[in-house]
Amino acid sequence: MASEQMNGANIMLKALVDQGVTDIFGYPGGAVLPLYDAMFNHNSIRHILVRQEGGAVHAAEGYARSTGKVGVVVVTSGPGATNAVTGLTDAMMDSIPLVCITGQVPTHLIGNDAFQECDTTGITRPCTKHNYLVKDVNDLARVMHEAFYVARSGRPGPVLIDLPKDVAMALGDYVGPKAVKPKHYAPQVKAEPTKIDQAVKMIAAAKRPLIYAGGGVINSGPQASKLLRQFAKLTGFPCTLTLMGLGAYPASDKQFVGMLGMHGTYEANMAMHDCDLMIAVGSRFDDRITGRLDAFSPGSKKIHIDIDPSSINKNVQVDLGIVGDVKVVLQDILKVYKAKKVKSDAKAMKAWWHEINSWRKTDCLSFDKSSKTTIKPQYAIERLYELTKKHKKVMITTEVGQHQMWAAQHFHFDQPNHWMTSGGLGTMGYGLPAAMGAQIAHPDALCIDIAGEASILMNIQEMATIAQYRLPVKVFILNNQYMGMVRQWQELLHGGRYSESYMDSLPDFVKLAEAFGAVGMRATKLSQLDGVIQDMIDCDKSVIADICVDQMENVYPMIPSGAAHNEMLMGPADKAEKPVSEEGMVLV
Amino acid sequence: MSANPETENRHTISVVVDNEPGVLARVIGLFSGRGYNIESLTVAEVNLDENLSRITVVTSGTPMIIEQIKAQLTRLVPVHKVADLTLDGPHVERELALIKVNGKGNARVEALRIADIFRARAVDSTNNSFVFEIVGNTGKIDAFIDLMKPLGLVDVSRTGVVAIARGRSAL
Repeated sequence: MASEQMNGANIMLKALVDQGVTDIFGYPGGAVLPLYDAMFNHNSIRHILVRQEGGAVHAAEGYARSTGKVGVVVVTSGPGATNAVTGLTDAMMDSIPLVCITGQVPTHLIGNDAFQECDTTGITRPCTKHNYLVKDVNDLARVMHEAFYVARSGRPGPVLIDLPKDVAMALGDYVGPKAVKPKHYAPQVKAEPTKIDQAVKMIAAAKRPLIYAGGGVINSGPQASKLLRQFAKLTGFPCTLTLMGLGAYPASDKQFVGMLGMHGTYEANMAMHDCDLMIAVGSRFDDRITGRLDAFSPGSKKIHIDIDPSSINKNVQVDLGIVGDVKVVLQDILKVYKAKKVKSDAKAMKAWWHEINSWRKTDCLSFDKSSKTTIKPQYAIERLYELTKKHKKVMITTEVGQHQMWAAQHFHFDQPNHWMTSGGLGTMGYGLPAAMGAQIAHPDALCIDIAGEASILMNIQEMATIAQYRLPVKVFILNNQYMGMVRQWQELLHGGRYSESYMDSLPDFVKLAEAFGAVGMRATKLSQLDGVIQDMIDCDKSVIADICVDQMENVYPMIPSGAAHNEMLMGPADKAEKPVSEEGMVLV
Repeated sequence: MSANPETENRHTISVVVDNEPGVLARVIGLFSGRGYNIESLTVAEVNLDENLSRITVVTSGTPMIIEQIKAQLTRLVPVHKVADLTLDGPHVERELALIKVNGKGNARVEALRIADIFRARAVDSTNNSFVFEIVGNTGKIDAFIDLMKPLGLVDVSRTGVVAIARGRSAL
């Protein structure tokens, strides 16, 4: 294949175009100027100018999570790169495919403590799936195509390319994606047939089965969600989802038992504890899911389907680990299941569902609705869900904390790729830029960042980006004037000593919205809530809705740290009886 | 493999990697970042045509941890192959050490005599010092060093373990 000569910056842009990239998020600086210069006359890629590099990475995450495409970030050397580190770590933890291009000082200055120099590849090595420092312009095209391949194959993740300024300006050869030989890196997509057979056998023998699905189903593509549903329908098995998996199985389906884990539903956690077959699909047995490990689902056989072999047997020893792409494995399981004409044990299933339904009756997500004036945060989410239902495309992002858990509990998702939250790293400040990224990808969608008043301030500067691109992003703040989750833990674990968790001197969010050219709204009384939500939805501009909620409300149910699935706290009255253990206290 | 999931065993793991900048840092970073042990680590290019290096790492852990280490290593993009020589069958392990012993008179003669028993070679000598070169498994070298201690041992340099499977099979 004939190659073309061009400078490094143009090679990079051409590679982006050839990889199908249409939008990138970035912030210029000295070391990436050649790239921005090349972009100046370029018209097929849109650059979104963020206000801080951290925002760029989260925006690219929102973009990637809502589209299934690779998100692209461009930042400069030194502080540009270090500001991106949180976002890269976030994407690493939540398996979000990103390509992050960082400028670097010219090669002859590397290692000299030059202005805005940092060891970017050194710093980002543990928080990227892979990274490159390109020292020869003739390697650049190959590295670019390889980076996209690595970012999206197997378990997706962020890949970083560090580009010294002199390499960006040097002339070199461009080659297209087809001319680049894929690396030896080739994650296993299809599972061994013997394992599929074994899985079907275990499924056929199950009397109290449970599907426990996670973000891997969403990463595997919309087809995987469809197959998961087919599998559940065919077997009649109940299904629970992790925080990252919400939307992978329709919340409105009656076989869905809710989210599991620390703030999951009673029925999901009890079913996890009491099941005799657990089918983990694209989930990773995170400590927020398992609770105390030695009491985690003691009586069950476990099947774990995951594309990442290192996820299997990492925290929990399973009986059958199946390495492969969720979509392909589910397809194979369904094929064998149908071919062998397997039938679930109807009598056992009936008894199991009877038990699950009795747990459901505890109505664990209920909350006190007696006040006629105070807005309960859970109620605010419920109303937001109800009032946005008729909108055809709703994208929800969150920050991190109590509001995030209430959103996960009370907002319901029937489709994948509509829910974006920072699950693994728990990054406050994720939601606003992520909503911005989702809005760029889906201009017609109603993109809402469900936020807390503390989290929102961590990347509030992105309101300026939202203004610049006239993005109608909505920010729905559950304002309790506390770092709510910190306060909740201090209440439960530290004797109510609310050390530094009260947010004194908060800004006036209505005026803040106006300062950024957005519309500010506020609800302080229950009677105002629906009106504010409706106004927010109807407004064609960006909105910050400041919803002043009950200050002392806590998230329930809750598995306290160090406790087991069947030791949940159901509400405020529960906590006095079950003090948290010493071992539990040290856990986060 | 030990039947007891709590028992920590020593494993020698061979890793074939692309010989590219940062690859050793990636492997070491993985071990330190995830809290795994490194007892010994060696690395050198072994295939110039394909630009491949071989890393031999000796580590210890429960069966679950060892499985995790191998899976985590496999996940690194520049890693081509990971083999657990301890599990895969018999293998040969060797280490080379250079050992400096200062002494005079009887101690010096004794050092030379023990070196002979261990088949260590003197590769440098002055009137009051030797540098011995010794090759063997880790235990043999440890034993030799212990014996040299009372005889004027002043300096040790060891390569760490290199290992290869016995028989015809190649990595």
